[in-house]
Amino acid sequence: MSTIIDKIESEQIKKDIPAFRVGDTVKVHTRVIEGDKERIQIYSGIVIGRKGTGLNSNFTVRRVSYGEGVERVFPIHSPRIAKIEIERKGEVRRAKLNYLRTRKGKSATMVKEKSEKSAA
Amino acid sequence: MSIGLLGKKLGMTRVYDDKGRVSTATVIEAAGNRILQVKQADKDGYTAVQVGFGDQKPQRVSKGQLGHFAKTSSTPKKFVREFRLAAGEAAPESVDLPVTIFEVGQYVDVIGQSKGKGFQGVVKRFHFAGQPMTHGSMMHRRNGAIGNRSTPGRVWKNMGMPGHMGDERITVQNLRILQVREEDGVIIVSGAIPGAKGTNVIVRPSIKNKKPKVEVEAPAKKK
Repeated sequence: MSTIIDKIESEQIKKDIPAFRVGDTVKVHTRVIEGDKERIQIYSGIVIGRKGTGLNSNFTVRRVSYGEGVERVFPIHSPRIAKIEIERKGEVRRAKLNYLRTRKGKSATMVKEKSEKSAA
Repeated sequence: MSIGLLGKKLGMTRVYDDKGRVSTATVIEAAGNRILQVKQADKDGYTAVQVGFGDQKPQRVSKGQLGHFAKTSSTPKKFVREFRLAAGEAAPESVDLPVTIFEVGQYVDVIGQSKGKGFQGVVKRFHFAGQPMTHGSMMHRRNGAIGNRSTPGRVWKNMGMPGHMGDERITVQNLRILQVREEDGVIIVSGAIPGAKGTNVIVRPSIKNKKPKVEVEAPAKKK
């Protein structure tokens, strides 16, 4: 890779991103611009996948909203993401939690919580 | 037509603007552009400026060319092209052409040599549909019929047929300049440009879309 491209990318990469993983429940604070007003909208759900490297990385957050599954893909380093908050750490054995899509009811939001023992 | 720059494609990335919008971007190195000669109507029959880019070792250049570079006390250049001047347009006074001759939001055309694909069939080369892979079909990726019968009794011009694909001069028009980085000697344009990384390209002000975008966008803020 060209060093200039590395420089351009490193300028845009956010350094204060918390280390979240697939299976974690997160709150994504997104900047929403309405007219000339800017406000923060919070979207929370389970991270069901992470994709890409460096500046080009995304993550997908799934939640069930009024009985309807919703998935949003966020570019991690987008300036429209104000903050990512980790609500709950999950313990999963898959890199992509696509199996949650076929689940109904409570099991659709169930991801085993990461215990202190397994984290250590 | 006004003067553009010569450059080298460095690669692609993505760029966020101040409103948080993302663009695919191509980074073009264009530092060290230098005017080598100004062609004049009375002497050369037309007006143009000859621009050189990219240093070349002196032993790789013929003596005649060395003399030509020495006239403007320039180092030997690898890539030399001309930009025609419009009637009445004066050549810039400085011999150095910085990347700042382009401004953010301006539209440019980028000319380069596309990647060579070799001898290719019609499915890849002209996006023909081809024929069924199964159901007894014994003809898969062939071009099929190429004409009619005694009327017109010949094959139409521009009929798509297999042949060499790629490695040709391609102009991509109306690419927006996202950033001009003087300290790095690069410009960043939106979208893709022809050729592989390291290809020499010509960047010129767009001939179709001359006005900068109405909503002027500042380059992405540095942290």
